[in-house]
Amino acid sequence: MRLKALALAAAAAALTATPALAQYTDGGIKIGVMNDQSGLYADLSGQGSVWAARRAIADYCKTTKCHDKIEVVFADHQNKPDVGSTTVRQWFDVDNVDVVVDVPTSSVALAVHNIVREKNKVMLNSGAASSDLTGKACSPNTVHWTYDTWALANGTGNAIVKTGGDTWFFLTADYAFGHALERDTAAVVEKSGGKVVGKVRHPFPGQDFSSFLLQAQQSKAKIIGLANAGGDTTNSIKQAAEFGIVQGGQKLAGLLVFITDVHALSLQTAQGLILTEAWYWDQTDANRAFSADFEKANKGNKPTMVQAGVYSAVYHYLKAVHELKADGDGAAVVAKMKSMPTEDALFGKGQIRADGRKIHDMYLFEVKAPKESKGAWDYYKLRATIPAAEAFRPMDQGDCPLVKK
Amino acid sequence: MFELIGVPPQALFGQLLLGLINGAFYALLSLGLAVIFGMLNVINFAHGAQYMMGAFGAWMMLTYLGIPYWGALLLVPIVIGALGILLERLFLARLYHLDHLYGLLLTFGLALIFEGLFRRQYGSSGLPYTNPIPGGTNLGFMFLPWYRGWVIIVSIVVCLATWFMIEKTKLGSYLRAATENPTLVRAFGINVPRMMTLTYGFGVGLAALAGVLAAPIYSVNPIMGSNLIIVVFAVVVIGGMGSIMGSILTGFGLGIIEGLTKVFYPEASNTVIFVIMAIVLMIRPAGLFGTPR
Repeated sequence: MRLKALALAAAAAALTATPALAQYTDGGIKIGVMNDQSGLYADLSGQGSVWAARRAIADYCKTTKCHDKIEVVFADHQNKPDVGSTTVRQWFDVDNVDVVVDVPTSSVALAVHNIVREKNKVMLNSGAASSDLTGKACSPNTVHWTYDTWALANGTGNAIVKTGGDTWFFLTADYAFGHALERDTAAVVEKSGGKVVGKVRHPFPGQDFSSFLLQAQQSKAKIIGLANAGGDTTNSIKQAAEFGIVQGGQKLAGLLVFITDVHALSLQTAQGLILTEAWYWDQTDANRAFSADFEKANKGNKPTMVQAGVYSAVYHYLKAVHELKADGDGAAVVAKMKSMPTEDALFGKGQIRADGRKIHDMYLFEVKAPKESKGAWDYYKLRATIPAAEAFRPMDQGDCPLVKK
Repeated sequence: MFELIGVPPQALFGQLLLGLINGAFYALLSLGLAVIFGMLNVINFAHGAQYMMGAFGAWMMLTYLGIPYWGALLLVPIVIGALGILLERLFLARLYHLDHLYGLLLTFGLALIFEGLFRRQYGSSGLPYTNPIPGGTNLGFMFLPWYRGWVIIVSIVVCLATWFMIEKTKLGSYLRAATENPTLVRAFGINVPRMMTLTYGFGVGLAALAGVLAAPIYSVNPIMGSNLIIVVFAVVVIGGMGSIMGSILTGFGLGIIEGLTKVFYPEASNTVIFVIMAIVLMIRPAGLFGTPR
């Protein structure tokens, strides 16, 4: 298998030989998109992320002459850390994958994160949320691209406490992501003078949330913070409407809501929800053009911030690798990525910090009422822009060992 | 147990009622499984997928044909049941003389195919379905949405009617006899294969009915069935494979136990049913209401 791959690589290298001999392992760059292809996060990452990675390669090679073989492979981690770990080991040991992209589901991301470091490869994480990836677990081989629990908490949590929502009850998905989101939001709430009056941790994935919602209702908290994602969030919101939670005077805070979730809920149910995102399709002409193409290839769906983040991350990775002319030493590639400012059509200008955190503006949106919406997927109105410098956790508060104090 | 004191009785009533509502879904689904297993000796792993197709059926009828919830409640089980009959004729009927395992593998494979097809067409994040009876009433200890009350009533009526039909009517006696000794029943001039086909169609129709009932309150997505089906299997095993009343009572009972776990130790609410299953299997391997075969 390995011999065959080498032979193929040699053949490919011979065909595409360039004057300046680049040191690419396996004769080219192999990008592995790993995410949920079949479960509750498949729409917000899934094949859309694979499409975005391919699009980034196409766009990059339009402006720069790409001599090298660049290939995209993908796999389904089924939201299970063991499946993710096995796949990524096979990718590195057998298939010569150089970089793992996307990896939603924090528990899987943290497992893959350790293997990537051990094998000195690269992970460009767009899908996972846990801020631990650039906190105490940070690694010289990982860049956390799109968003994290701290940024979500900071955006949504702050905005809600400021408008009077000062007592909170958390409905938390019982795994790494939910715990991190709950912890970061509780910190923001308490820092702004609010109080956490209770919490309940539900199994992941859940189906019926009525029991937990009833507990939230009895807590008399003004805000019910949903520290979950995907189908768990849509089910919680749908059932909260059914149980008259909002009519009863309590408000819901969706701490991680993707545009695909709003689509699944319909505006009728989701209207008024406040949420934080890194990217929205209807913000700039470049975003709209990207989304129009995305829509054609992905059953009429608009891209999520995760998928846009995959595009942006792969684009910057290619830049760094072409500059280095080598992709074998993962830590060196990430160091190069950190040393160059980022710039692409979707995320504009930005940078990657020493702890691996990519920073850019974040946006606080409110979901439109049905009558405000002008057409399909016209869902958000902008409430505030959180500048890059304030949107993410300050480096000195993350306890990342890579950061010199 | 100290936390028992921490939970006010009103809260407890609320949780009991919610448990009962979830139990209604378990009962409806496990009833279909029990009917199919009891008559056909087939472990229908496609039950979750058929439940999901029921929910999607309701959505499709509304979106493509403009048929509202009440129409779907009647039509969807018939359509999906007919689809079940087709499956039984095409595939399952060829496996009756083989071990249970083959039926299980076949239906499991079919379930994966159905889920895959729906995911391909409609994505994984779910589709919206409007609640046909919004609002509710304040019971003092909790807010009961009208729709959840409706679910309990439908479920109890359907469960009792099914039990009555199988245990107390002439048709039911034919069915039970055919299970015991198909050759003898055939000798009396009764068309046993057709009866089995219709039974499978009926079981599938029950799953679809549960799916339609679920559409307004749960997210309508391709994996909604696979999340539920494992629990429902545990319910059937605890109740006793093939026992009609057993699966109804265990369905409601376990819904309540699960509801209480959600108050006292929410993290365990997904596992509690399996712990009970393990204990029941150790003490009564044939299930609480089952008779050893």
